[in-house]
Amino acid sequence: MTEAELQALCRIIRSDIIKMIGRVKSGHPGGSLSCTEILATLYFKEMLADPALPPEMRDKCILCKGHAAPALYTVLAHRGYFPREELLTLRQLGSRLQGHPDMKKTPGVDASTGSLGQGCSIAIGLALGARLKGTSQKIFAVVGDGEMQEGQFWEAMMSAAHFGLTNLTVILDHNGLQIDGANDDVMCLGNIKAKLQAFGFEVIEADGHDIGQLLAAYRKTTEKPKFILAHTVKGKGVSFMENQAGWHGKAPSAEETEQALAELEA
Amino acid sequence: MGTLNIRGTKAIRVAYGEALAELGAERPDVVVLDADLAHATTTCVFGEKYPGRFFNLGIAEQNMMGVAAGLAISGLTPVASTFSIFGAGRAFEQVRNSICYANLNVTLALSHNGLTVGEDGGSHQSIEDISLMRSIPGMTVLVPCDAIEMRKALRAAIDHPGPVYIRVTRPPAPYFTEDDAPFTVGKANTLRPGADIAIIATGLMVYQALLAAEQLAQEDIEAAVLNMHTIKPIDRDAIIEAAGKTGRLITVEDHSVIGGLGSAVAEVLAEGSPARLVRMGLQDCFGQSGTPDALLEHYGLTARHIAENARKLVGDKQ
Repeated sequence: MTEAELQALCRIIRSDIIKMIGRVKSGHPGGSLSCTEILATLYFKEMLADPALPPEMRDKCILCKGHAAPALYTVLAHRGYFPREELLTLRQLGSRLQGHPDMKKTPGVDASTGSLGQGCSIAIGLALGARLKGTSQKIFAVVGDGEMQEGQFWEAMMSAAHFGLTNLTVILDHNGLQIDGANDDVMCLGNIKAKLQAFGFEVIEADGHDIGQLLAAYRKTTEKPKFILAHTVKGKGVSFMENQAGWHGKAPSAEETEQALAELEA
Repeated sequence: MGTLNIRGTKAIRVAYGEALAELGAERPDVVVLDADLAHATTTCVFGEKYPGRFFNLGIAEQNMMGVAAGLAISGLTPVASTFSIFGAGRAFEQVRNSICYANLNVTLALSHNGLTVGEDGGSHQSIEDISLMRSIPGMTVLVPCDAIEMRKALRAAIDHPGPVYIRVTRPPAPYFTEDDAPFTVGKANTLRPGADIAIIATGLMVYQALLAAEQLAQEDIEAAVLNMHTIKPIDRDAIIEAAGKTGRLITVEDHSVIGGLGSAVAEVLAEGSPARLVRMGLQDCFGQSGTPDALLEHYGLTARHIAENARKLVGDKQ
């Protein structure tokens, strides 16, 4: 798939995200739209993620910010893990698509996440496991900026550097907003780059909506665990959702859904 | 059956470390995690023999639980240790969401719990761990009563699908169970028969229960003793049978009576077979500093206290 084709696919993925959340009237659109390119580039360009491969042969992606499950599910459906029509069962009783990722239920989901701050620790366990087994498996963790306020996140970062996990890449979807408002107002994160460098990571900044920049960041070889500080826009692609904390966990009305889809499909 | 045969003294945690190192030779998939307490939990024995499969996470229990989950997802068999207060308490939600919600094969062998932590005092004496761990769907809870049973519990836990909590205790303690005694998850062992009353004990309290039964026998009170080494799934049949035979039960645990063995037995009785029940344990209070023996005496968890309760219960009925 070319970068231009992937760019086009990201528009379709965004439409699917809006459709599913709008149809079932529940879910987190803002943070799903901000990590769309991050997940799409991972699953379509960077990771060994062919669903035909046995799970132990695939690279792993832990969606630490599990509330962005609609983005992950949509990417997995387009990648062939399950039928695209199933997306409309999101959050419904009996669905394989739970409100937050559940590895027991959903094909392609590599860990059960959603409780913030816990995902990177799981990724570190996977990275240690891959190293111990002598595989070249790559492990990715996609985190939100709000969840960096959890103490466990920093425990995990400390241990990634301690164990020298060069097979681990942490990608920060830095849209600057969390439920109660801007990160800086709720609990200031300070200088993220300097903090992660001090914790022993190679920090690479990228535009989190620029496929070329993301791919270049993924492919840069480093001596240390890698941290990609991806600058993103919450609600990206839908004019009335962009940069609005209020769209963190609110489903659009039928009218808003139509408007959003019109913008995305224009 | 019935005679207490003390064969030696060994801390259950020491037996844990030895058994873990043994398993390391047989099972290359076993990996061990600790949080800066490897000498206290005795996982250091494994760590010295298999440094490549031993991960010290530092004083960061929440991260340790997630790392254990990741290692399990990658197909390895992790065993994680720290003190119960930190592993079951501080990291409760990581155990619930990162490990149990995904039904991963992780064994949590957490030590230093109950009053027998001793001098470190109430802040470190976990008296809620059984309650917390048994409340999580899919979690199995094992409480070995001596060094011999500890070895069997560890093997059972590693072979058991899904997460398992093993309550490993700190102080040197007599070992008295037989090498060939069965250890089946969810199946209580009747160590002594008796028609007048049944004492259901777990962990180090099993020894006290056997001592109490010996005292009572001299007074012509025949007390059955059940070693409830599995708190979840609880052996309903054994409880209902004991209740049917004797009509009077005592539970004994070095743990709060809220949510632990006493609660588990009360739940079975209330739904299945009503009987008189006295729950011995911490009566909704914290512990304090002291030697383990002094604390058990102070909080009423010795053979003498068990025998007193048994006499009262038997007397009430007669």
